Amino acid sequence: MVPELGQFALSLALLIAAAQGILPLAGAARGNAAWMRVARPAAQGQFVFVAFAFACLSYAFVTNDFSVQYVASNSNSELPLEYRIAAVWGGHEGSLLLWVLILCSWMVAVTVFSRRLPEDMVARVLGVMGLVSVGFLAFMLFTSNPFERLLPAPLDGRDLNPLLQDPGMVFHPPMLYMGYVGFSVAYAFAISALISGKLDAAWARWSRPWTTVAWLFLTLGIALGSWWAYYELGWGGWWFWDPVENASFMPWLAGTALIHSLAVTDKRGSFRSWTVLLAILAFALSLLGTFLVRSGVLSSVHAFATDPRRGVFILALLTLVIGGSLVLFAWRTARIGLGGRFELLSRESMLLTNNVLLVVAMGTVMLGTLYPLVLDALGLGKISVGPPYFEAVFVPLMAPALFLMGVGPLARWKKASLPELAVRLRWALGVSLATGALLPFVMGRWSALVGFGLALAAWIVATSALSLLERVRHAGSGAELRARLAGAPRSFYGMLLAHVGIAVFVAGVTLVLGYQLQKDVRMAPGDTVELDGYTFRFGGVRQVDGPNYVAARARIDVTRDGKPVTTMLPEKRRYRVQENPMTEAAIRTGITGDLYVSLGEALEGDTWLVSVQRKPFVTWIWGGCLLMALGGGLAASDRRYRVAVRRRDEEEVAVQGGLETNPARSET
Amino acid sequence: MKPRHRRLALVAAGLALLAIAAALVLNAFQSNLVFFFTPSQVAANEAPQGRTFRIGGMVVEGSLKRPGDGLTVQFVVTDTAVNIPVAFRGTLPDLFREGKGVVAQGQLGPDGVFRASEVLAKHDENYMPPEAADAIKRAHATSEKAAQTLVVPDGGKR
Repeated sequence: MVPELGQFALSLALLIAAAQGILPLAGAARGNAAWMRVARPAAQGQFVFVAFAFACLSYAFVTNDFSVQYVASNSNSELPLEYRIAAVWGGHEGSLLLWVLILCSWMVAVTVFSRRLPEDMVARVLGVMGLVSVGFLAFMLFTSNPFERLLPAPLDGRDLNPLLQDPGMVFHPPMLYMGYVGFSVAYAFAISALISGKLDAAWARWSRPWTTVAWLFLTLGIALGSWWAYYELGWGGWWFWDPVENASFMPWLAGTALIHSLAVTDKRGSFRSWTVLLAILAFALSLLGTFLVRSGVLSSVHAFATDPRRGVFILALLTLVIGGSLVLFAWRTARIGLGGRFELLSRESMLLTNNVLLVVAMGTVMLGTLYPLVLDALGLGKISVGPPYFEAVFVPLMAPALFLMGVGPLARWKKASLPELAVRLRWALGVSLATGALLPFVMGRWSALVGFGLALAAWIVATSALSLLERVRHAGSGAELRARLAGAPRSFYGMLLAHVGIAVFVAGVTLVLGYQLQKDVRMAPGDTVELDGYTFRFGGVRQVDGPNYVAARARIDVTRDGKPVTTMLPEKRRYRVQENPMTEAAIRTGITGDLYVSLGEALEGDTWLVSVQRKPFVTWIWGGCLLMALGGGLAASDRRYRVAVRRRDEEEVAVQGGLETNPARSET
Repeated sequence: MKPRHRRLALVAAGLALLAIAAALVLNAFQSNLVFFFTPSQVAANEAPQGRTFRIGGMVVEGSLKRPGDGLTVQFVVTDTAVNIPVAFRGTLPDLFREGKGVVAQGQLGPDGVFRASEVLAKHDENYMPPEAADAIKRAHATSEKAAQTLVVPDGGKR
């Protein structure tokens, strides 16, 4: 009964979404206020029905209703409750439902936080999001219904993939989807602006906080996924350039470019068409990411082709979203105008260069990800594109971007001067070169790549410190330091924090790749192995019973210079339902590096293969991502966006006068 | 600089950047694309010597051996027509099992032993790596064709 109610709620949600997609857009086009006013209640109503459907599916999981096919294939009566709930989004159908639920949440957020936006803008934004929702709800109802019954019901379910039975995997997909779907707001704003023809600075300012928040969630989602891979896959890698990871990384790159491009459109009115294109691109890549991971096209192109219903639907939806947007763009682009002019050397030009670098890097990742799929689909042979390709292409493209990241925030808008910049940056340059040259010696061994990476990280930190210093110095003499610091807007601190996050990330990656150590040894009880000054003593293995698995748990005592450091308990688990073995690594986390121990196979007797690893500064990788996300949150909460909305009426006058008359805004 | 020149300069800079990126991509593709070969293809000398490639198939039952210190593993990969011995030093993935599909990446030694630098077995028990499935399917297809056209008593075994 409950699953049928859920399905009924979804069908109703589809009807509401259709109303939301058609009426407000038509109303905005014809100036019919009553039709436009449909948008908000429709969005909220749709949220209620989708949330109800989601609750129904969760109920089926919690009560072990294996007559629902999706529950039977993704859960089991022995599965602990928290993973039964996480299993709701453990497969294709449920993750689509989660996607739509998050889309509806974003729509409700738009209805709440857009009180002061012009009514026709809100109507268009919600209308476009409603259309996206129609696409997804129809996809779900017609090809991937999570409430499909399986009769006769099996006695028990096939269980959730053991790899997903982990706290990291519980939060990873919702975070990632918050990011993916969040870009739909930026996309809806861009499309609305295209439809209305008012693609101005005000539009960019409305869109900015939404884009930043979406980007923040995507950053956290990717970081969670990477952290999960590190501790769950059992061999200490944190990024594999796997298609699944690339699928989430591509929208991140486009989104990062979008954030910066929006800043220029907001402040200077330039890059307007480019910004719109990026907004379309970021959302299109989010769609691509969702489908790449969930449709099964990655594990086998041919399995995908044998169930063509889903494939055709996906391709149609992607074509509609991308093609429709581009046609609209081409039609309206003449009305966009060019916006503020700038010199070859200016903050605009540097941001533009960084934008192009990010998009080109995104393109190379896409090529490496899709090329094997395309070859395989065309029957031209099987190839694989591994990490060496991505590293060889990505690093040279990102290094200049990181360098420009230091210069950009210090350069003037419109026209910068090279000699002046050089004078201001000389100390930062000196500090970073010295760091790159000397710090590797402190770490024990000098290598050019480590020196280069550390120099770049130090460059970003030093230039960020310089921005802060200059800001304080120029903030008016006489005022107290604290008042001067408080005078700078939050978005400025958010930018600094996010940039320092990148620096921390780069330092972490450099140090891990430069100094990680690993030993694979066979160990019998009592055996010891030395690594980086630590002594690991193998204390044998005993059997441990988990809720739905049995594990062989080893005890490994770690000492340094005879003093005990920690005891590590790596496990080899066997999950009872799917009979899958799983390696649970034991990790001792530290700010300067991790100790990482995982069990290999059992050899004869009590002897085991054991892998011990030292991962210096590996936590900095995720710490850096966390800083980026915090910076994004700080920037999105800037007063400016709220004040700006309140001052809308004054803005409107400037907007109607055209952008060229718009006075240059404060230089933040 | 006139606006037109400025725009030209920007376009030129963009094109230069794209050219550099294209060069990087082509170069990386050239040296890092990993091609896939079936055991039959390897036996027919179609696979390159001294270059990394992938082979896939089933691990022959009872072929897993750990000579010496136990860190080096030897096993045999088959596409049901041809067997290729593989040597690997390191930890095998959790789902590596005799009689199951496997994909190994590495280089072919002059002694005919495939020295794997990486062994992949996928996340799901019943899931056959597509390359491995493909290898077996192709071997079946060839042996069926051979059986129809010629009398080959031992099915191409070596």
